[in-house]
Amino acid sequence: MSELITKSALELAAGLKAGEFSSVEVTQAHLDRIHATEADFGSFITVTDDLALETATAVDAKRSTGANVHALAGVPVALKDLVVTEGVATTAASKMLENWVPPYESTVHNKVKAAGLPVLGKTNLDEFAMGSTTEHSAFGTTRNPWNLEHVPGGSSGGAAAALAGFQVPLSVGTDTGGSVRQPAAFTGTVGVKPTYGSISRFGIIAMASSLDQVGPMGRNVADAAALHELLAGHDPLDSTSLPDPVAGFVSAAQTSDLRGKKLGVIKQLRGEGYQDGVRDAFTAALDVAAAAGAEIVEVDCPSISYALDAYYLIMPSEVSSNLARYDGMRYGLRMEPESGPVTAETVMAATRAAGFGDEVKRRIILGTYALSAGYYDAYYGSAQKIRTLVQNDFAKAFESCDVLVSPTAPTTALKFGAEAASDPMALYLGDVATIPANLAGIPGLSLPAGLADGLPVGFQILAPAREDVKMYEVAGPLEAALEASGTRVLDTLAEGLTTK
Amino acid sequence: MKYEDAIKKYDPVIGIEVHVELGTVTKMFDAAPNTFGGGPNTNITPTSLGLPGSLPVVNEKGVEYAIKIGLALGCEIAETCRFARKNYFYPDVPKDFQTSQSDEPIASEGEVEVELEDGTMFTIPVERAHMEEDAGKNTHIGGATGRIHGADHSLVDYNRAGVPLVEIVTHPITGTGDRAAEVASTYVRTLRDIFRALDVSEARMEQGNVRADVNVSLRESPDAPLGTRTETKNVNSFRSIERAVRYEIARQATRLEAGETIVQETRHFHEGTGETSSGRPKSDADDYRYFPEPDLVPLVPSRDWVEELRATLPELPAQKRRRLAGVWGFSDLEMRDVVNAGLLEAIDDTVTAGAQPPAARKWWTGEVARLANQNDQHPTELVTPAQVAALIGLINDGKLNDKLAKDVLTAVADGEGEPAEVMSARGLEIVEDTGALEAAVEEAIAANPDVVEKIKGGKMQAIGALMGPIMKATRGQADAGKAKDLILAKING
Repeated sequence: MSELITKSALELAAGLKAGEFSSVEVTQAHLDRIHATEADFGSFITVTDDLALETATAVDAKRSTGANVHALAGVPVALKDLVVTEGVATTAASKMLENWVPPYESTVHNKVKAAGLPVLGKTNLDEFAMGSTTEHSAFGTTRNPWNLEHVPGGSSGGAAAALAGFQVPLSVGTDTGGSVRQPAAFTGTVGVKPTYGSISRFGIIAMASSLDQVGPMGRNVADAAALHELLAGHDPLDSTSLPDPVAGFVSAAQTSDLRGKKLGVIKQLRGEGYQDGVRDAFTAALDVAAAAGAEIVEVDCPSISYALDAYYLIMPSEVSSNLARYDGMRYGLRMEPESGPVTAETVMAATRAAGFGDEVKRRIILGTYALSAGYYDAYYGSAQKIRTLVQNDFAKAFESCDVLVSPTAPTTALKFGAEAASDPMALYLGDVATIPANLAGIPGLSLPAGLADGLPVGFQILAPAREDVKMYEVAGPLEAALEASGTRVLDTLAEGLTTK
Repeated sequence: MKYEDAIKKYDPVIGIEVHVELGTVTKMFDAAPNTFGGGPNTNITPTSLGLPGSLPVVNEKGVEYAIKIGLALGCEIAETCRFARKNYFYPDVPKDFQTSQSDEPIASEGEVEVELEDGTMFTIPVERAHMEEDAGKNTHIGGATGRIHGADHSLVDYNRAGVPLVEIVTHPITGTGDRAAEVASTYVRTLRDIFRALDVSEARMEQGNVRADVNVSLRESPDAPLGTRTETKNVNSFRSIERAVRYEIARQATRLEAGETIVQETRHFHEGTGETSSGRPKSDADDYRYFPEPDLVPLVPSRDWVEELRATLPELPAQKRRRLAGVWGFSDLEMRDVVNAGLLEAIDDTVTAGAQPPAARKWWTGEVARLANQNDQHPTELVTPAQVAALIGLINDGKLNDKLAKDVLTAVADGEGEPAEVMSARGLEIVEDTGALEAAVEEAIAANPDVVEKIKGGKMQAIGALMGPIMKATRGQADAGKAKDLILAKING
């Protein structure tokens, strides 16, 4: 196995800059790895060898002329198949878009292209980003590289598995209720949900517009921060895009330390009822942080208890509206009814019946109900009020600490079969710690904090809105302290890989 | 039951929703061109098609135009408002929801003064003016009626999808009595004139720039609760609005008389017959599942901006009419004729170009209107205010008389050139040769001794009988005043 695939993105960037290897070599090494492991992992829906090598060749050529290139130029990346890529199939893991090749470009892909990152392919996800196991994909499930009998999490399961499986050093996911942080936790990688509006959503297939956010992922904090820096920035094509200048996330992660940092443990999320190993790993990580000079305080966020309920009204409401456009009239799947008259209504019904999976249908029905006349105030209206309470709770909590911390998920990666996908309600509960950040629009990050029963445990850091820097200022040194204390999660996996 | 009888028996209540397409360069939420015509599906972007991943961005010019309309209607402009999604399925709605405003319109509670043809003023209470996007256009192929029923397939053109609209909704309009139909059409005409004055829309009814949905209900008396209403959709000419209201009032009265109930529904208006027919049932419980559009941030028009727009509002048609009536000294009747003929602007411009208001009015509403009428054109399509002013100037200078001026005008309308050029080229100038005039006068006197006697007897108006032969002899180029002086001099001389 090529040593190139175990390097971090920033190591690759440095090596490319120093001329130690070429982007074509790096890209080819990762493509080889993908083709050798895809049968096991199933991380990708589409692998774009030719496009990736074309970009790599172009970047190598440009670099050889001495021209200025982006710091990450030549470092491969994978995009969740919810990110629109002009000319490359974009499916949202749904039969509805099985053969859809977008005629336009997303801002995310535009930025990636402009910076010269070879795109290795489009990663698997739960259909339209709905699910937390990546079993709800129309194109097969993704498996957790740590243990193929376990799920990689979701919905950015493909993006996370591709990182943990050393198929790619950088990955772009999306996070609506934890879909970047939870799979990062399950795969021992780093997943970031930036402040809402930090990264343009133009060309990100919408699930729930007010909650969706593009999530940079990497195998360490600085890599994720570098990808975040690349993707962030104001986009006039997205009305919710923030006008803020892009801060130095990488340097925040690399140069800060934990002394004097106040970490607020969210009382409601400190681990009661969580899997023992998860709670133990979280507590151990807090000890490491304290030893490195952080101050640990407990903070109360009472409305967080209702966040899950509010989320499961707001999210499906927006889903029901956003997914209405898949009606067989303009693009994607079009089905005619098996019998009876062919009308606009029957074509829509047949198309949607055939094109959407169960989880998507479940949420559309839920949302349609929650928005319907007579129920709006009781459901959607109340949920919006809770959303405001959660925002207020966070604002108050941040008065007494720099960041808030919790385990990312109550469990480690579930096992396929009995544990996963059988009980939607139980799976919804798995998002309890990640959802509040989406409701409040604040940034959150999951980094690996050791193992429980041989599977990674995620440690979540939340920061105030538009202060993503604060999150990196804790995540960077905490990661370093954990590694120094011997908690080198991905190394464990990498060692496993070399003997395979 | 006939309209005339229906209106005696029942009290009509009407409500009108007017949609106006704004004349912005691009669409309401994306950069696709906002232009009429073009091949099907050519003025589109991923956003106007609602492609997966596409997002809307508000067109600030559209907001500006909406605020101007709100201000012109005397509305309050919201300090903060939002767009909402109106969710419904239809193939011409690309996202299967329409971006609109529901409980937070940009403008609310205003009123519009309308002046009926006989000068009666009527105040229309405006509930709101809100922004939304237009849908695309379906063409149903294969059926007899062109409607979806019976068609074997439909074509969809999204060129219009996303075009900015402002929808102006009235409160129920009561107290119109037998003038309901006239009030309805005059109101829409008044709005049309306002849109044009604001320069926010070409407001061409025939291109669908302005469309009206007309609600009609009947009740036994003004004290009775509102009756069940019908909504006749997309009526797009003033005459059709009037006919649709008349038809609905007569139809509903007939049903009520027969002891039947009115079904709350949308109805289609048929241009050919002037009748309406049943569309789809519509209830108050139509469930559009409105919720705030999460892809757009709230709209917060700054007070400074609103005041700036208020300060730059042009003079509106009603104000202008009142002001000019005073300045020009026209009677109410004269002013109404001018307005009803759509000649206010033309006369204003003619006066600005140097003509006296009475002369400008006389020429525009007289000879120009007559010529235009022959050609089925609007007077302003025939000649320009500058040309009419020049013509009047030539009359004032004694170079043309009315008869000659009419000939010059006809030639100008035919594109022969400016009035002075036409006059010279055709030799239509008043004859200054007094010898020729004297000869013509003497000839006329000699040939009409009976008329001369009458004039001698003090019947001065009999002079007119001599003018005909004199004009004939001079090929119309005699100066009527001079001729008159000469006649009197010779008879009394």
